[in-house]
Order: sequence, then structure tokens, then C-alpha cells
Amino acid sequence: MTDHAGPAVAVDDLVVRYGERTAVDGLGLSVERGSVTAILGPNGAGKTTAVEVCEGLRRPTAGSVRVLGLDPQTQHARLAPRVGVMLQNGGAWSGVRAEELLRYVASLHAHPLPVSQLVELLGLGSCGRTPYRRLSGGQQQRLALAAAVIGRPELVFLDEPTSGLDPQARRAAWDLVERLRADGVTVVLTTHYLEEAEQLATQVYVIDHGRVIAQGAPADLTASRSRNSIRFEAKPGLDVASLAATLPDDHAVTEVEPGVYRVVGQLTPHTLSAVAEWLARLGILPDALAVERRTLEDVFLELTGRELRT
Amino acid sequence: MTAVTFEPKPGRRPLASMALAHAAMEARLILRNGEQLLIAIVIPLLLLVGGAESGNVVDLGSGRRIDVLTPGVLALAVLSTSFTSLAIATAFERRYGVLKRLGASPLPRSGLLLGKAMSVLAIEVGQLAVIAVVGLALGWRPSGGLAGAVASVVLIVVGTAAFASLGLLLAGTVRAEAALAAANLVYVVLLTAGAVLIPVKSYPDAMQPIVSMLPSGALAQGLRDALTGTNLGVGHVIGHVVVLTAWFAVGAVLTVRTFSWD
Repeated sequence: MTDHAGPAVAVDDLVVRYGERTAVDGLGLSVERGSVTAILGPNGAGKTTAVEVCEGLRRPTAGSVRVLGLDPQTQHARLAPRVGVMLQNGGAWSGVRAEELLRYVASLHAHPLPVSQLVELLGLGSCGRTPYRRLSGGQQQRLALAAAVIGRPELVFLDEPTSGLDPQARRAAWDLVERLRADGVTVVLTTHYLEEAEQLATQVYVIDHGRVIAQGAPADLTASRSRNSIRFEAKPGLDVASLAATLPDDHAVTEVEPGVYRVVGQLTPHTLSAVAEWLARLGILPDALAVERRTLEDVFLELTGRELRT
Repeated sequence: MTAVTFEPKPGRRPLASMALAHAAMEARLILRNGEQLLIAIVIPLLLLVGGAESGNVVDLGSGRRIDVLTPGVLALAVLSTSFTSLAIATAFERRYGVLKRLGASPLPRSGLLLGKAMSVLAIEVGQLAVIAVVGLALGWRPSGGLAGAVASVVLIVVGTAAFASLGLLLAGTVRAEAALAAANLVYVVLLTAGAVLIPVKSYPDAMQPIVSMLPSGALAQGLRDALTGTNLGVGHVIGHVVVLTAWFAVGAVLTVRTFSWD
């Protein structure tokens, strides 16, 4: 099916502005064929806008975008049948029944998957005749996921595919993504769940304010700077600046939630003792104190000074 | 676990078959919707039966009441489907992201428009058949012969195009709730003041040129003329067709310029 050997998605210097606001600001992405690529970032980072440009739903203000070697704007008719799309929300008539929607989407494609098998796989059997507006949020998400893959696309864009799903449904969605990859489908997904990116993705782009701030395999991202973190719990509102002052400059201290503190940086045994001494000077015995493996969350925190899920 | 394979095998169906699938989908959704059925068929039938049986409460001009009334009810059915239903359905497709989602599907915009046109025409055929049968049962005797029948078909097709372009203009520019309200309001206003059921000649002299320039007046008066065999000269029919075509042109140009897909 491939008509060119390049990457499945190549985005270069993409800029998208809505009036005064710049949603995407010089973004670059390269998605290898057959990979699962996660675009990770907080709400408002520009993930959806970037993906919608790739889907041909939005015009870029500047920059170049090639999807399967084609221009999503000028070659949309050739591209659309080869790409599956799951929007972040909506996309269905309020009165349409779940299976009816899938049969309709299938009828636009030349070699669709059997509706019944997809319904079973995603656990939609019990609500096949339920109108869309009466489906739960999780059922709507799974239906949108099914509609994205029913046309047997080469590439699927999933915009926040598991937001609002309960753990079991999320697991089912993750299984589906893994099966897509096993069968040779390229998957691009956006998420603000770190565990989702760590679990599924072969490649992660961390984006913030419309640009890429880190990229790589999840393991490389979390291991590259071999920086772990120290986490401790004590009473809320401690003066973290005074702790930071006792530590080397490249260390950051934040109260990530009330009473939960995190120290990130090039940790050494001395860091741990400095934290313990600072607590002792304040006469505080922490409720918990632990050295933790670095996660994508820490990477994000270090790069932006902010939590992902705020 | 089922033996689903996701191995890529993309491709789209031919345009005509996608458009047909879309038309069937839209028609099913409209027929499933109680309010839409009300304005598509229940209200026209009530007006047909009520108007025929109500004596001379409302002046329908000269000629047998049922012969004057039935073409107007046919025009009302066209108005309800090609304008009101289409505007409401499309406005909510915009609101619910259906149009956006379809923008990323193999169905091109031309296929979407074709599908909508087929859905509207199919529903109209059903409405017109029911109204014609009830009209005939109430004693309607269309006169006008083949020329009248041909003129009626032309008027209905051009009238549908005119109302549909105005319906899409409304659907593509305002919020769904506003489109819903406006589409229903226009339906009621045209029904009472737009020469749909009441012949143009029964309006005050000063209003006659205005109502005959409305799309509702042109369509309904055209159908009344064609199906009562009056004013069947080519010039008269063309006059109504020109009015409807002008409305279509204005609606289409404005829709293309202003339609917002999300």
C-alpha cells in the first residue's frame, strides 16, 4: 500500500494562529511507519490543532505537513480513505444508533472490517441500538475509536482516545492500539496521560505552547539524564525556595500538590542528606520520604516547571 | 477474542454509492425525529383536511377550494423539507461535529451535498404522494394536463434548490438553537404571509408584488397555476422559475461565502 518510503507523517516548522493566538508555534514531528507515536502535553498545548492539520481539517498558517507523502489540504481526496480519525469529542448525530453509525462509516470504505466483530471487540454489543446521545461517555469514546479503524486505514489519528474511560475500557482501548500496531497500522495519539504514553508509544513528543520540548522513546526520555526525584510529604506550604537555596542550581523543588513535595535534579546521596537536614532544621519529620524513578511526568515538570495535569 | 485483522486495506467506495449511503442515513434520521415528521407531513395534512372542510373561513379566491388548496399544501411540504428540516438537521450536524468528522472521511463535500439533495428529494416524493392521495380522496381534480405536470415538476425541483440554498445559508452561519428557531419561524411566517396556501390574488393589492417575489409565493402560486390549468403560458411559468432561480443563486453564493463547517 505504501507509495513512498518516507515517514508516515512529516511536520516541519508548523505554525497555526487563530487571530492573535498562536496555537502551534514551529512544531516539528516525524512519525515512522508502523510506529505508535504519542503527542503528550497539557491541555491547550496545541496537540489537537496539530493533529487536525494532519487530518486536513485545519489550514496551517505556515510550515509544511506531509501525511503518507501527501498534502492534507490539496490531496485530501486521495489521503482521506487511507487515514482513520477519532476526534476529541462529538462527530456523531445525536439520534444515530451505535451500530448504524458504524455501518454508515463502513459504507464509505471499500474494504471495511465487519461491524459485528468490531462491536464485539470494543464491548459495544449491549448498546448497538442505543442512540448516540444516550450512550455513556465511555461508550461514545469506544464508538468513535471503532469508527476510526473500521475502514482499515494505514494510519490512524486518535485524539485523546481514552479520556473519560474507566480503567477496564482504557485497557481495552490500549489492547486495540497494540493490535493495530501488530497488524502494521501506524498510530498517532494525543494524550495527557503519562502512563498511556509510556505504555503504548514507541516514540513520544512532549509538546507545550505549540512546540516540541522533548522527544524520544519513553525509556530514553526518562533515562537520558539519569535524574531521579526525591519525594516527601509534610505539612503544606513549606518554603521550597529555602530548600532550593541549599541545593545545586540545576535542582528544582516544587510542592506538586498540597503537602507533597518533589525535588528533581542530578541527585546524589548528598542531595538526600541535604533534604533531610533542611527538614530537621525545621523540626519536621516527613510523613513519607522516597527516591523515585524518573517518569515522563518528571520530564515534563523539569522542562516546563509545571505539572502536566493541572 | 475475535479474529479481526487490522491489516491495512484502505479504499473508498464510488462517489454515487457514498452519496446514496449518506442520503439513506439522513433520511432515516429525519423520519425518526417526531418534530420533523410533524412539520413534514402532519401539519400539511391537517391544513389540507381542515382547509377543505372549513367552508369559506379563509378566502381562497375563485375555483373549487380543494383544487386551490392542494397545490399550496404541496408547496408547504416542499418548504418544510427543503428549508426547515434541512436547515435544522445541518445546523445540528455542525454543532455536533458531524460535518467536521465527515471532513476527515472519504465522503467529499460534493458527495455530502449530493447525499443531502437525494435525501430531501426522496422525502419530498413521499410527502407529495401522501398529500396527493389524500387530496384526491377529498375530491381534488388537478387540471392542466401534461403541461401542468411538467411545469409542476420543474417548479418543485427549482423551488427545492432555492429553499435548500437558503436553509444551508442559515445552518452554516448561526448557532444550532438559533437556526432551529429561525427555520421554524420562517416556516410559520411564510405559511401565513407568504402566499403558500392563500393565492397571491387574495392578498391586498399592495402586497401582491411582494408575496409573488417570495420563494414561497413563486413556488405555491406556480403550482396553483400549473395544477388548475390557469396562467399555463410559458411566460407565466418561466416568471415563477426565474424568481426561484434568483433566490437559489443568492442563497448559493452567500452559502459558499459564509458556510462554517464547525
